[in-house]
Amino acid sequence: MADLELKTRQGFAPDAGHESGASALPDEIPITLTVNGRRQELHVRPWTTLLDLLREDMSLYGTKKGCDHGQCGACTVLIDGQRMNSCLALAVTKDGSEITTIEGLASPDGTLHPLQEAFIEHDAFQCGYCTPGQICSGVALLREGHAKTAEEIREHMSGNLCRCGAYTNIVDAIESVMAKETAK
Amino acid sequence: MYETHVGSPRNRVDGRKKVTGTAPYAAEFTAPDLAQGYVVNSAIAKGRITAIDTKDALAVPGVIQVFTHQNRPRTAWRSTAYQDEVAPPGKPFRPLYDERIHYSGQPIALVVAEDFEIARYAASLVRVSYEAEQHQTDLTKVREQAYTPKYRTSMGPPSPRGDAEAAFGRSPVKVEGSYRIAVEHHNPMEPHASTVVWEGDGKITVHDKIQGCQNTQRYIRQVFGLSASDVHVISPYVGGAFGSGLRPQYQLFLAVMAALELKRSVRVVLTRDQMFTFTYRPDGLQEVAMAANEDGALQAIRHDLIGNTSTFEDYTEQTVGWSGMTYHCENYKGTYKVAQLDTYTPGDMRAPGAPTGLFPSESAVDELCHKLGMDPLKFRLKNYNQVDEATGKPFTSKELRAALQLGAERFGWSKRNHKPRSMKEGNELIGWGMAVGMWEAAMQKTAARAVLTIDGKLEVASASADIGTGTYTIMAQIAADALGLPIEKVTALLGDSSLPSAPVEGGSWGAASTGTAVELACHAVREKLFGYARGINDSPLGAAGVNEVQFREGRIALISDPSRFVTIQDAMVAGGVDRIEAEETASPSKITMLKYSSYAHSAAFVEVRVDEELGVVRVTRVVQAIAAGRILNPKTARSQILGGTVFGIGMALHEESMADHNLGRFMNHNIAEYHIPVNADVPNIDVIFVDEHDDLTSPIGVKGLGEIGICASPAAIANAVFHATGKRIRELPITIDKILGTKEAA
Repeated sequence: MADLELKTRQGFAPDAGHESGASALPDEIPITLTVNGRRQELHVRPWTTLLDLLREDMSLYGTKKGCDHGQCGACTVLIDGQRMNSCLALAVTKDGSEITTIEGLASPDGTLHPLQEAFIEHDAFQCGYCTPGQICSGVALLREGHAKTAEEIREHMSGNLCRCGAYTNIVDAIESVMAKETAK
Repeated sequence: MYETHVGSPRNRVDGRKKVTGTAPYAAEFTAPDLAQGYVVNSAIAKGRITAIDTKDALAVPGVIQVFTHQNRPRTAWRSTAYQDEVAPPGKPFRPLYDERIHYSGQPIALVVAEDFEIARYAASLVRVSYEAEQHQTDLTKVREQAYTPKYRTSMGPPSPRGDAEAAFGRSPVKVEGSYRIAVEHHNPMEPHASTVVWEGDGKITVHDKIQGCQNTQRYIRQVFGLSASDVHVISPYVGGAFGSGLRPQYQLFLAVMAALELKRSVRVVLTRDQMFTFTYRPDGLQEVAMAANEDGALQAIRHDLIGNTSTFEDYTEQTVGWSGMTYHCENYKGTYKVAQLDTYTPGDMRAPGAPTGLFPSESAVDELCHKLGMDPLKFRLKNYNQVDEATGKPFTSKELRAALQLGAERFGWSKRNHKPRSMKEGNELIGWGMAVGMWEAAMQKTAARAVLTIDGKLEVASASADIGTGTYTIMAQIAADALGLPIEKVTALLGDSSLPSAPVEGGSWGAASTGTAVELACHAVREKLFGYARGINDSPLGAAGVNEVQFREGRIALISDPSRFVTIQDAMVAGGVDRIEAEETASPSKITMLKYSSYAHSAAFVEVRVDEELGVVRVTRVVQAIAAGRILNPKTARSQILGGTVFGIGMALHEESMADHNLGRFMNHNIAEYHIPVNADVPNIDVIFVDEHDDLTSPIGVKGLGEIGICASPAAIANAVFHATGKRIRELPITIDKILGTKEAA
């Protein structure tokens, strides 16, 4: 809502009447990111989130915007191996980080990550919009190693909303990969 | 053994794109020089804009234009031009039309800038002055002003039968109650968005979040006075919609307006907050009364509703009819009125009206059973009907009895002690509840095209949509079977306005309609192909008719002797063609519509655990038994039921758009405060598809699955809560305060 936006913005937005004026845009800041294995030098304004940078400047639209407030998990990416909501991370604060998005999970030859395969096999999505976030979150969950049971998976996957209601299949998909990894 | 694709579990054909993030949604199409729009919304619920100052916004470097009612380009002035394919009766809302404010959150300006952040920042600098008028957003305050609306087609209450009042009066066992379900917002994970690509020379390509690309195309043509060849809509992926994408929403109007005016590509994406500034599942004040004889024979049903609509359209849905159709009952009366509120027009949300009407009526059945001391399963079997008593027509098929029996068996219902509060484990009371559901099995006129090429590839296409339902996949399955090709050789296309005509995908009619059209088109291709195969000199098929051959593994072979065959390639070579194309239109059977009623049915069995001290309810087990005709793909079909069930859990326990009537606004306009079920809220859900043969509803025997999963689940959960606690809660969602604040029933 417009009036609410206004209040939250007064903190950093230049005042309309100021000398520098509303017309001044914040300066761009140079940063370096390694995205899906590719090191990139970028110039970004401090108000740009990692999510918007990925989508709008790097055309990595696989990372989804569902709420822009860290409430839905659709924008989950791996930052230095940890799952994070990229909408809550201003890009400039991630200078020097390694980012993996859904586009970076499959092998260069096109072989899918086992969890991507499992999502297809278990029909762990319908509309597909939350799916990249679910998969990134699931990949990190598998690495974190603190979820062992279906109930623990449910708990640790509850930051990723799925409005189509594919939850039980998401749990099945993660469990199937977990079982294979344990068997190794 | 040869396994057909239809009827077998198949992975989604669009799966790889979705798990790799390469399926493009509406906001993910791009164009050179793409400008970004950001919407400014009204802060008041009713009144007028007295001034709108865009000077500061325009001064921000990178801002291209700020559109308001004062400088918007001319569009169609007649409100009928804004009526889309599924608009309810009335005058649709026209964005930026004039200074009038009709509801809080109404779009009042669009800031267009070189990038998203600049547009968002500049939008915060738009200063608006209003002259507010007294608004009304509280349905309870306008009960007295409720009127009989102009109903949407088949959305009116069914005709009364018998004498419900008299029968209620003389029956020995009766229940009466007032019910209400909180307003819900669809909240698909993908926010509504439109990317409009300026192609030059007045032509645009539009990527819209919509359940029917041709609905978007028609709307743009009518509103902006463009010809069909000027507007191409391409929306191959929709990130959920659940009804919110049936009608074109305001971001489409704004994006198209800006693109045409600026002669430049423009994208407008709504924020999650703004997802609460258009349609929603309506509020409703319901009264349900039921009466039975001592033996449990249902005698009377009364079901009355006052729903809300906006000040500009009459929105209605089928809500009070369900109670009169689920059971045999000679005396029924339902009424449906609406009252106007200063809000946007409510809209269809997953099974519009069905869980809404079934929550009170199936709660009343449960209450009646409690009074009778009768097993709710027995009651439902005793009052079973085979005829739609609202119309007197028989059902095309109804295997609800089998669903009830199989579901009860799987759940272990026979072990239920029917006394409330009879099960406890630790701090938790355990309750088992059940309910039945219904949803209309419809089919809509839909066209499809099939193209077979000599390389053995088949393409099927229809302007339909796949909103996560699995339309792509069932199209490919049907086509692969029709011509006996591996599914990998089939490409399914949809979501493109240049493809053969299809209506919006909704009402659970997608599979029956698009599926039938695809099958017809493929059969037409098959006929031609067979003709070529027969035309070969000394054809191995001899004088066989098309019904005496099978199309399998790229061959046309005699059923009686599959060693005698012609390959597809040989047939096409013989025919001198390298492609065979056919387009066919599928229409619902007029005879079926005249003589029968067609519905999908469900029986839901639910276990809940209630911590009475904390007031927390958890659903721990669900069995959904579904009778919905032929199941094309058990894997994706099951997912539809899972999704419907989760939506039902949301309605029963979580979802609630809370209005502050002083401000006339929904206050919890984000998904931290508007709760939808998360993974930890959803237990194992056991889905059973009951065998049900039905060749009357649609030629391919399909009834549709998108909505039936939600229909019974909220009532089953509420009934389980009653069984656990002895508390009859008549307002959804069943939140902590209601568990703590409700007394046990006598």
